Amino acid sequence: MLIFGIPIQLFSTQIMLGLINGAFYALLSLGLAIIFGLLNIVNFAHGAFYMLGAFAALLLLEHLGINYWVALAVVPLGIGLLGCVIERFILRWIYDLDHLYGMILTFGMGLVIVGIFRNLYGATGLAYSMPAGLQGGYNLGFMYLPASRAFVIVASVLVCLATWIAIEKTRMGSWLRAATEKPQLTEAFGINVPLLVTLTYGFGVALAAFAGVLAAPIFSVNPTMGSDLIIVVFAVVVIGGMGSISGAILTGFMLGLVEGLTKVFWPQASSTVIFVIMAIVLLVRPAGLFGKQA
Amino acid sequence: MPHKQAAETTRQDLAAPLGMSRTHQVVMLLLVALVIAAPFALYPLFVAKLLCFALFALSLNLMLGNLGLLSFGHAAYFGLSSYAAAHAAKIWGFTPEVAILFGVLVALSLGAVIGALAVRRKGIYFAMVTLAFAQMVYFFSLQAPFTGGEDGIQRVPRGELFGLFSLRDDRALYALVGVVFIAGVLALYRITYSPFGQILRAIRDNEARAVSLGYRVNGYKWLAFVLGAGFAGLAGAMKAIAFQLASLTDVYWGMSGEVVLMALIGGMGTFFGPVVGAGLVVWMQNELAGFGAWVTIIQGMVFMLCILAFREGILGTVRQLIGRKL
Amino acid sequence: MPEPSATLMLKVCGLEAWYGESHVLHGVDFDVHEGEVVTLLGRNGAGKSTTLKTIMGMLKRSRGSVKFRGRELCGTSSRHIARAGIAFCPEDRGIYSSLTVEENLLLPPVVAPGGMSVPEIHQLFPNLAERRRSQGTRLSGGEQQMLAIGRILRTGARLLLLDEPTEGLAPVIVQQIGATIRKLKERGYTIILVEQNFHFAATVADRHYVMDHGVVVDMMPNAEIGAHTEKLNGYLGV
Repeated sequence: MLIFGIPIQLFSTQIMLGLINGAFYALLSLGLAIIFGLLNIVNFAHGAFYMLGAFAALLLLEHLGINYWVALAVVPLGIGLLGCVIERFILRWIYDLDHLYGMILTFGMGLVIVGIFRNLYGATGLAYSMPAGLQGGYNLGFMYLPASRAFVIVASVLVCLATWIAIEKTRMGSWLRAATEKPQLTEAFGINVPLLVTLTYGFGVALAAFAGVLAAPIFSVNPTMGSDLIIVVFAVVVIGGMGSISGAILTGFMLGLVEGLTKVFWPQASSTVIFVIMAIVLLVRPAGLFGKQA
Repeated sequence: MPHKQAAETTRQDLAAPLGMSRTHQVVMLLLVALVIAAPFALYPLFVAKLLCFALFALSLNLMLGNLGLLSFGHAAYFGLSSYAAAHAAKIWGFTPEVAILFGVLVALSLGAVIGALAVRRKGIYFAMVTLAFAQMVYFFSLQAPFTGGEDGIQRVPRGELFGLFSLRDDRALYALVGVVFIAGVLALYRITYSPFGQILRAIRDNEARAVSLGYRVNGYKWLAFVLGAGFAGLAGAMKAIAFQLASLTDVYWGMSGEVVLMALIGGMGTFFGPVVGAGLVVWMQNELAGFGAWVTIIQGMVFMLCILAFREGILGTVRQLIGRKL
Repeated sequence: MPEPSATLMLKVCGLEAWYGESHVLHGVDFDVHEGEVVTLLGRNGAGKSTTLKTIMGMLKRSRGSVKFRGRELCGTSSRHIARAGIAFCPEDRGIYSSLTVEENLLLPPVVAPGGMSVPEIHQLFPNLAERRRSQGTRLSGGEQQMLAIGRILRTGARLLLLDEPTEGLAPVIVQQIGATIRKLKERGYTIILVEQNFHFAATVADRHYVMDHGVVVDMMPNAEIGAHTEKLNGYLGV
């Protein structure tokens, strides 16, 4: 069967791949948006934490026999803790400065982290064996859906949704929203805003690490896996506008889908289509699709 | 970003040529002397490389130091111009000065287009946008047939300057690079310390006020952006002819990051700072060439240390010590 | 109306403060007894709001003494000051647009027992119960002021700092706020009020301090305001 002259199998496979990419874009831009909202820092090290998550899962498996499912819970916690330490001892010094300093600082941090791992593991990818529960797949008739791929999409949607609910609908989420909007007044009510900041950075990078664990069995684990990806994520957040949590999630999935569709009809353009969209958005709506007009 | 400059009035010494202050005259003369003398003490091609990157870093600092806007994808103009000049010299057989000019034109055009879109955002968004566009240029370079993909354009002929002077001898080439570098520095100096430059700094210090005074702020930003791209292109085109190679490294975001490091470590708030920074970074890369990924780690740590403890950069600190602008 | 006790609740001595390089408070001295309502009067730029903010620890650079129930607070972070039992209601009301009315109300944590419960606050300000799920900033100015006051009543703080609560509000709402402040006084709250409108101030306060150029220049018991109207007008530049 053909859709727009394309065999339905190819079409739906590309949609699936697009949704997978979108799943990662969503998780990563969500973390970036949360960190930026409260800390006013664009976390250029975000790709490095994504990579750390994947490596942590790999190393835990190889050296401690800790399986994928446990890693999904444990790795984000560990990396999140690392993020808290980094915020407390490094990032805290630059809050009073222009935003650009934060950007350059986290950029340097990313270089250090990636450099260390490149030193230890070289540039070639390492394989993470597919966990038992995710092998095989489902024959849907018009396509074959591998279980692992379906899991990535579902897991990402669930985590994004849970994060959104936590921020928009809970008491603690209201503290975060309040501290993001008026940090000084919020502290004057007795809320420990500095602690909130630390935990928020930790949570943001934990999301990146979670994405890394998800990525391990699907993409190969290598030190530079986050470096090129993060630049696409930057384009995603420029398109979505970094002020909105739901915007980051929706834009991430949408753009992944667009990328996937582009691969069907015009493969060579697929690596640049998101940037082209960014250019258009900048012309038409500079604040971003979901952003508030500055 | 350097706020202290806002309070300092730029006292132009009217007697000096180009309106240079006494300190600047001294530094400029020192620079010219170094450019002339260096190839006798160091390997000429190494100094040529240094001069190309120094010009590249100066071009970045035009926007960064005067407007506080960080073009985080500056390699796009450097690299694409490099490809253009290489292609012009090798495939079309242009003489080197025409090839370089062609490269600069390509860089100016790219800068005009990207700049028009990028200045619609401010601060961090601006930096992220420029980085994203540069990545587009990278992907284009990766896929376009004429760039030679992973191999790049190799064995670019040095050719004969104006059809008369062969550049095959490293010293002849160095003479060209040296002259173009000095001319570039003087031009950038003139631009920086002109009414145009003053308006840029006024926009940096209080954009709302500049708007209320009637200045078309985005137009000024765009023009500064295009100029910055043009000088980056000049550096890139020269590099392609001098080293007879244009490759993906030149358009990669790592290159964009490196040039930021040069400006930062040399002193973003000074005019000559990026030259010092470029010298340091190029030297450091040379020394660490055999150490693989250590270069990245050390670069990253230098970035972090500079931000945390050494924001003024080398010349910025010197300036604080001697009390005069550099 | 219960007489304010003689217990000193807040003693401010030689308080100085800076906004960046700008020296805005040059040695503020005043005190407040438990159960009193005291106002800081003065023209624009006299330093009244700055004084409240400095007491609350919201200015980066300050010097001097702020003793709350005998405990020195100058130099501590604003969240420790809040937890000591002082609550602040800012001039622009500080209602969060990213929170609902109910979330705004529940935001400030309880710092001491004895604060009002949410039903009690809803009784005091029925509008807040009706509009619970609205976005905080969709309320009218008067309702936002009620919300700003209501949320700090929940915390259990006994010293309330109110920065120009009647600014920009219609006379009918101003009267309501006056009534609310008098009710709070009956319940034993201690209140420092910053006001430009001294007619309103006279309807609620026990004493008035006048500020000018970052210092306290005069103090008047409420009873004497009538006699000193001209002097007061002079201070306020009316």
